Amino acid sequence: MKYKLTLAAALLSATCFVSAASAKTFVFCSEGSPEGFDPGLYTAGTTFDASAHPIYNRLLEFKPGTTQPEAGLAESWDISEDGTVYTFKLRQGVKWQTTDYFTPTRDLNADDVIFSIGRQIDEQNAWNKYINGATWEYADGMGFPKLIKSVEKVDDLTVKVTLTRPEAPFLANLAMPFASILSKEYADSLDKAGKKEQLNQQPVGTGPFTFVGYQQDAVIRYKKNADYWGAAPKIDDLVFAITTDAAVRYQKLKAGECHLMPYPNAADVESMKADPNLEVLEQEGLNIAYLAYNTTQAPFDKVEVRKALNKAINKEAIVDAVFQGMATPAVNPIPPTMWSYNKSTQDDTYDLEAAKKMLEEAGVKDLSMKVWAMPVSRPYMLNARRAAEIIQDDFAKIGVKVEIVSYEWAEYLNRSKAKDRDGAAIMGWTGDNGDPDNFLDTLLGCDAVGGNNRAQWCNQEFDALVKKAKVTSDLAERTKLYEEAQVIFKKDAPWATIDHSLAVVPMRKGVTGFTQSPLGDFTFEAVDIAE
Amino acid sequence: MFGLLLRRLAVLIPTFIGVSIIAFSFIRLLPGDPVALLSGERVMSPERHAQISAQLGFDRPIVVQYFDYLGGVLTGDFGTSIVSKKPILDQFWQLFPATVELSVCAIILAILLGIPAGVIAAVKRGSIFDQGLMGIALVGYSMPIFWWGLLLIILFSGILQWFPVSGRISLMFFFPQVTGFMLIDSLISGQKGAFASALSHLALPSIVLATIPLAVIARQTRSAMLEVLSEDYVRTARAKGLSPFRVIGIHALRNAMIPVITTIGLQIGVMLAGAILTETIFSWPGIGKWMVDSVFRRDYAVIQGGLLLIAAIIMLVNLIVDLLYGLINPRIRH
Repeated sequence: MKYKLTLAAALLSATCFVSAASAKTFVFCSEGSPEGFDPGLYTAGTTFDASAHPIYNRLLEFKPGTTQPEAGLAESWDISEDGTVYTFKLRQGVKWQTTDYFTPTRDLNADDVIFSIGRQIDEQNAWNKYINGATWEYADGMGFPKLIKSVEKVDDLTVKVTLTRPEAPFLANLAMPFASILSKEYADSLDKAGKKEQLNQQPVGTGPFTFVGYQQDAVIRYKKNADYWGAAPKIDDLVFAITTDAAVRYQKLKAGECHLMPYPNAADVESMKADPNLEVLEQEGLNIAYLAYNTTQAPFDKVEVRKALNKAINKEAIVDAVFQGMATPAVNPIPPTMWSYNKSTQDDTYDLEAAKKMLEEAGVKDLSMKVWAMPVSRPYMLNARRAAEIIQDDFAKIGVKVEIVSYEWAEYLNRSKAKDRDGAAIMGWTGDNGDPDNFLDTLLGCDAVGGNNRAQWCNQEFDALVKKAKVTSDLAERTKLYEEAQVIFKKDAPWATIDHSLAVVPMRKGVTGFTQSPLGDFTFEAVDIAE
Repeated sequence: MFGLLLRRLAVLIPTFIGVSIIAFSFIRLLPGDPVALLSGERVMSPERHAQISAQLGFDRPIVVQYFDYLGGVLTGDFGTSIVSKKPILDQFWQLFPATVELSVCAIILAILLGIPAGVIAAVKRGSIFDQGLMGIALVGYSMPIFWWGLLLIILFSGILQWFPVSGRISLMFFFPQVTGFMLIDSLISGQKGAFASALSHLALPSIVLATIPLAVIARQTRSAMLEVLSEDYVRTARAKGLSPFRVIGIHALRNAMIPVITTIGLQIGVMLAGAILTETIFSWPGIGKWMVDSVFRRDYAVIQGGLLLIAAIIMLVNLIVDLLYGLINPRIRH
């Protein structure tokens, strides 16, 4: 009886779903729950997709499909000659969203910008610790507290930001989700009501979609923001159906329970492409996976040894085994989609004989080493242990004995950055803002030794180039500097670059207007569905 | 009966303190630093690390942290999640009804099918029916939940399209949570089709979660029944000329139920463990999924608070089971 009942119920709900689909409701089967709705507090892409992108805007926005910052809430800006003073002219008439819990009385103005940035960089700001355990990881990671000297109001629609030093990636940083602009008027009203923590639970922004409700770990609902300053969204309602398992997301997409899903299992991509109801988008991700030698420890302190080992890594085999072809072997430390990628650098081609000879010439015999394999799957490296096994196998052929080690993730992150770490560690990175500085200086700069620079590699020549590029505003000149830096990187080989993975996005046929972001963001303001 | 209640309650207090120590220390014994995880691959400076540790109170001696935590718990403050920054208790009560709804449906399903299957297998001992049922029960017991769940989704949702793939209700229904129980809330909402949708979403996860308890209950009922059926008083009842239905259904089953009820009580604990996987597969927003996510994020506050709350509930269920014994078997009361 129970089965009959549920079957009848299923048929009924299936009918209901068809009628729901015709009401221009777009369903995104998201991969996880947002940690909250104040983007400044978090670092996860899942949180930004649910908060920063639908609800908020930033002074600058990344042009869809690129990493190029363009005008957002600021319609124009001036940079002083010495590169330390940025004056932003705000767009006029930008409306704050009206929700069940807040009705704005004014449009966006300079106070909102000062509030949104100030709370993240000033510990004395009343909103710096507005909830228990509030931390501003991104603002801190991007060095904002030390970089930004002041944020001042010139007039209602003009904001002046003064930096302590010139910093070329600053504009790109302002387009990042953590720099979303929140309403000061709303914050004040919450403060007055003694409900500050609601800023993180009931968001109000200027973005294309207005927050309607969140049922924890299940569903997030938004509706079209009728007052949106940009092009009006084509869909009426946006729903995030939180579905953590990739195989289940695929089943939901197949059954028409959602229109688009992120992060499919690599093994499912072929059958997705064969499905006549689905379309699969692909784009090179803004990421890199690499094997970082500890360049301060013998024998990895010798360039010849590192180069020899690099020649013994079969990247194609790793791409095939780990990604089923959904990745490309990496040459440079930055992905090919990024500006300043040096196309002329030569990779260390896979050649076991040459590798063996080079090791002998370097006087290295019977080498035993550790290869560290990450315990988690990340977009840039789905299965580090499998990759490590392939490396182990290849290294054995040139007489190098490999022991694969792994630790729990937090422990791995911690131990792998230690200066006296032995062997080589598999690690990776996904770009934050599309600026080469975010890879080259963050991961390979001398300041990052003992931290993100897991090769412990400090090459003065390389470091001088990337540091110079950081304070140079001219794009052509910066490009030249970064291209040169990549040549030094290849010559010195602190890493074996492994792969750049492809970002694969399967969606239902009939979905239009979705643009894949190189930064891995999911935004739906231009999306439409066929009636 | 009141004496029994008091005796059981007296045992609960040290158990609760023990559980609080285990819940508190368990997660700290695992490697992994919750503060470092906040920034992931983006390495945090040592000064920043120290600052956040101090802010979260991790820089104090562990004993001080424990008593602080215990003090909070006794006053109803289970702390705040390190990741979501929301109070643990609020989150728990928001998610707990989903787990209860799923578990109750699953246990009812397991009881309704498991007990009759066990009784029939015992009565028809040695027959093909008995062997077939017990064979299926063994398979059910050994079934990896994750695989079983996906298999059902692919068959019933993907190929046959009889049931929705995951979630608690169709996305077209949107109403405020009153009780947190979707079946009840959908009725209260008065929206046409909402209850049916909630029911259809409950079907597959309930079957998956019921599978192991069903197998255990069926096997336990069978062995308990076999034991009772060979007792003298059953033979006497039969000799008296009572109908087989009365002998089995009334005289034998009531005595056989005592170990079965123990099993059912224990299965509720097992079920909470099973709910972790079931909730993950079916995107069921319950406490199982919440706890798993928190373990990966090393969210100490959620894990210790969640574990303690779950343990308290299991203790309560066991207390009820103990009291039920008393009702069924008066000898236990003393």
